[in-house]
Amino acid sequence: MFHWLEKNPFFFAVAVFVTIAFAGLVEILPNFAQASSPTVGTKPYSTLELTGRHVYIKNSCNACHSQLVRPFKSETDRYGNYSLSGEYAYDRPFLWGSKRTGPDLHRVGNYRTTDWHENHMWDPAAVVPGSIMPAYRWMFVNEADVDTAYAEQITIKNVFNVPYNKPVPMKDGSTVTVTLEDSLEGAHAAALAEAKIIAADMKNQDVKDAIAAGKIPEIVALIAYMNRLK
Amino acid sequence: MENRPLEYDYTVAKLFMFTTIVLGIVGMLVGVILAFQLAFPEVNLLLGEGLAEYTNFSRLRPLHTDAVIFGFTVSGIFATWYYIGQRVLKVSMAESPLLMALGKLQFTLYVVTVAAVVVSLLAGVTTSKEYAEFEWPIDIAIVVVWVLWGINIFGLIGIRREKSLYISVWYYIATFLGVAMLYLFNNMAVPTYFASGGIGDWYHSVSMYAGTNDALVQWWYGHNAVAFGFTVPIVAMIYYFLPKESGQAVYSYKLSLLSFWGLMFVYLWAGGHHLLFSTVPDWMQTMGSVFSVVLILPSWGSAINMLLTMKGEWQQVASSPLIKFMILASTFYMFSTLEGPIQAIKSVNAIAHFTDWIVGHVHDGVLGWVVFMIMASLFHMAPRVFKREIYSKSMMNTQFWIQTLGVILYFTSMWIAGITQGMMWRAHDEFGNLAYSFIDTVTVLHPYYTIRAIGGLLYLIGFFMFAYNIYKTMTVGRRVEENELQTASPMGA
Repeated sequence: MFHWLEKNPFFFAVAVFVTIAFAGLVEILPNFAQASSPTVGTKPYSTLELTGRHVYIKNSCNACHSQLVRPFKSETDRYGNYSLSGEYAYDRPFLWGSKRTGPDLHRVGNYRTTDWHENHMWDPAAVVPGSIMPAYRWMFVNEADVDTAYAEQITIKNVFNVPYNKPVPMKDGSTVTVTLEDSLEGAHAAALAEAKIIAADMKNQDVKDAIAAGKIPEIVALIAYMNRLK
Repeated sequence: MENRPLEYDYTVAKLFMFTTIVLGIVGMLVGVILAFQLAFPEVNLLLGEGLAEYTNFSRLRPLHTDAVIFGFTVSGIFATWYYIGQRVLKVSMAESPLLMALGKLQFTLYVVTVAAVVVSLLAGVTTSKEYAEFEWPIDIAIVVVWVLWGINIFGLIGIRREKSLYISVWYYIATFLGVAMLYLFNNMAVPTYFASGGIGDWYHSVSMYAGTNDALVQWWYGHNAVAFGFTVPIVAMIYYFLPKESGQAVYSYKLSLLSFWGLMFVYLWAGGHHLLFSTVPDWMQTMGSVFSVVLILPSWGSAINMLLTMKGEWQQVASSPLIKFMILASTFYMFSTLEGPIQAIKSVNAIAHFTDWIVGHVHDGVLGWVVFMIMASLFHMAPRVFKREIYSKSMMNTQFWIQTLGVILYFTSMWIAGITQGMMWRAHDEFGNLAYSFIDTVTVLHPYYTIRAIGGLLYLIGFFMFAYNIYKTMTVGRRVEENELQTASPMGA
């Protein structure tokens, strides 16, 4: 049979393809529907949070920080509850990372504050002596891209039925509704309102000036995202 | 007339040899910069505060991995295909003006795509998925380049004189199909600009998969991109170049059959080992572990087949630096394909995952196996492509030892770093509290990061020697005749 295949490239290629495609079908398909349902308490990202998530991705924070707490005592002691599949239901893409040059961030919102992040992103070694993390000062100057985040929200609502403008169950039995604005202007206004609350806890004058002028620096969006990681 | 040996046309092979070397330098140089940044964070500001955004570790890291994978390695795959393909199929590229034109088009488009990748990664345009960071416009360009290559593979096969496909061709076909399947499925995304009626960046997209599913597809891809980028095509190279250079026949045809079909079947199951103790179902994690261990069989099958090909001719390892490169490459292949399965065992992975041991594993595989084998391939091709003797044998020898030392420093320091950090993360004191804060587990790594950076630097120096040697071969190497090129490559002092 193998001799025959080696003289018939078409059937050879078909045989190779079937052999390699097999595993993917068996392993990946059965899990799809089940893994995508959210846990109670997991809600879609707001416009500002999603903008911040884009800043996180733009700077490849995931190259050094994981977002996956493994079910070991040493990890739950350090980072909090181990991660559940449904907590990632609205994560497109997933940001688990593959290397912890810095600590895990999946629950960083539980134990770090806006103020801490502001100081740390400006000068990591001043907050954590010995840190090898570079400073991210351009984030205090660059304006965040709210438009693209809003476009992504519309896309995931329409294509993947992400429940914007719908009540989402919380752990305490209440419900929360994450609003998706009708227009880009509305989205900007909502993001700015959220940004003002964060900027109120910040000291950097450039950031405060930008917010006062109706602009949102990348750092504010990033902190909104980090505070939401719980 | 009929008995005259075929004149092969290496135009396209030469073009890709050039990008192999240039992108190899780019990828490894960025790698060395990253290594120094981890040891000495001030290096993040190497071009000053104003350009910090473009020189800091996190922006450069995808550029390093992608330049080495899609730049250096993929160029090497193309270059060797355009060399080996003609020779084992007994047909010249010059016989088909269409295939020649498509080959040149493939190269042109490839260079344009590489330029777009560099610009977009530096600008922070990324999907965040490892080795699949490119946004959809670049993905489409990559698919076109790949399809053009596929047309060339099957086109050349279509007009072949040698009816039976040599082992290397099996591996090239598998490379083409495997990467095509993986790349397409993992990069499925919806462009937000078009789906939202024209809002935001036109090139932005959102993944078709969410959370755990996205992770599953990504590591099915990520692991197997290693399979079909760093293993399968490199095996194709060694199956051709080692027998050619040594003048020995491949030791066992049956072993090559077993290894090929075994590798094809087993490899794809093993992706789950990247997701141990994550939120993917437990049975998949166990499957990932089990198949990773089974993977030793076909991997070692190829490596042993290569080592036994040298049976009775081991003196060549001492006398020829080119054989040295290939034998060390297949030894590192054995080593790395033993280390990988060990790391895929759940209890070992609990310590190793997220640490530098994984980084060490990748690099003993890539520096020791992939890069060594591609450099050996280019060394063997150069005299035949340029009809000139390799410029300097002694420089090859020196390069070999410098780079071997570099790899050893690299993986030993990363082993120690990874296991040290993994143990410190889980250490508890007598009261049951965590013994170390996270930063303690970072500062302790400084000496190992320094050693690693030096190892990487040595390797880069060796790569510059390689580039110089090839350049000198092209320009001033002694001219040689066809009869000098039958087996061992001619080398100058």
